[in-house]
Amino acid sequence: MSTDITAGSDADPSVDDLAELQARIEELEAELSEVRDEVENGPKKMVIIATKGTLDMAYPPLILASTAAAFGYDVTVFHTFWGLEILHERKSKNLKLSSVGNPNMPVPNAIAALPGMDRMTTRMMRNKIADNEVASIEELIDVSLESGVDLQACQMTIDLLGYDEDDFYDGVTTGVGAASAFQDMVEADIQLLV
Amino acid sequence: MSTETAAKTVDVKGQNCPMPVIKTKGAFDEVSVGETLEVVATDSGSLSDIKGWAESTAEADLLDQTETTEGGEDVYKHYIKKVE
Repeated sequence: MSTDITAGSDADPSVDDLAELQARIEELEAELSEVRDEVENGPKKMVIIATKGTLDMAYPPLILASTAAAFGYDVTVFHTFWGLEILHERKSKNLKLSSVGNPNMPVPNAIAALPGMDRMTTRMMRNKIADNEVASIEELIDVSLESGVDLQACQMTIDLLGYDEDDFYDGVTTGVGAASAFQDMVEADIQLLV
Repeated sequence: MSTETAAKTVDVKGQNCPMPVIKTKGAFDEVSVGETLEVVATDSGSLSDIKGWAESTAEADLLDQTETTEGGEDVYKHYIKKVE
């Protein structure tokens, strides 16, 4: 049968054909509106891979994660390598700033490399954080968990660095690896490596 | 608009980014449709942050933002109505 329904009379579609076509259109319309609804109204997703454990680099993932959660996003932060320090209950309270390798530091690298300099620059930074009423890392972890952010600790690096699951804050997800992080990233609207 | 019409007030004075937005979202979850939330902040960044949050949040309508000085401190007040 010809697909050109405007052709000669013997190609006219039957009532059954039309009904079938109508049903198919309705089916597709329903499917389209479902997809459209999911794209427009479904929860958006953000995944951050946090790999750094210095005081300055601990802030951006937590600030973005808690903020995105306030915007209604489903958020996962996958902490790996030194990023694990952020979730480590004891170590997170004592994160340090590196005084070398940062040209914005007030001291030259040759002096910054001297013993005790990291401690000094960390203390200066902590004072600034307190003076400017910036939230502590612990507070940001609390609000992130309260707002439903999934803070994940990479199992391979937990084992590699010799940590125990109990070292991490209550509510932190352990037993996850690159595959689950990757799957989350595939589905996410925003993926960041920090 | 006056504070009398706000059903709930959240005080985030002395708190800096990202706390004002996060506390706003938390308090906004607790107001009913038709009610207004008042947010009192000292973070000047809250003006653009809360505006941006309200714009991307379908159920939030930012009615007003005010800047005043209280006891030598700049205070930013935000009024957000829950519309759906």
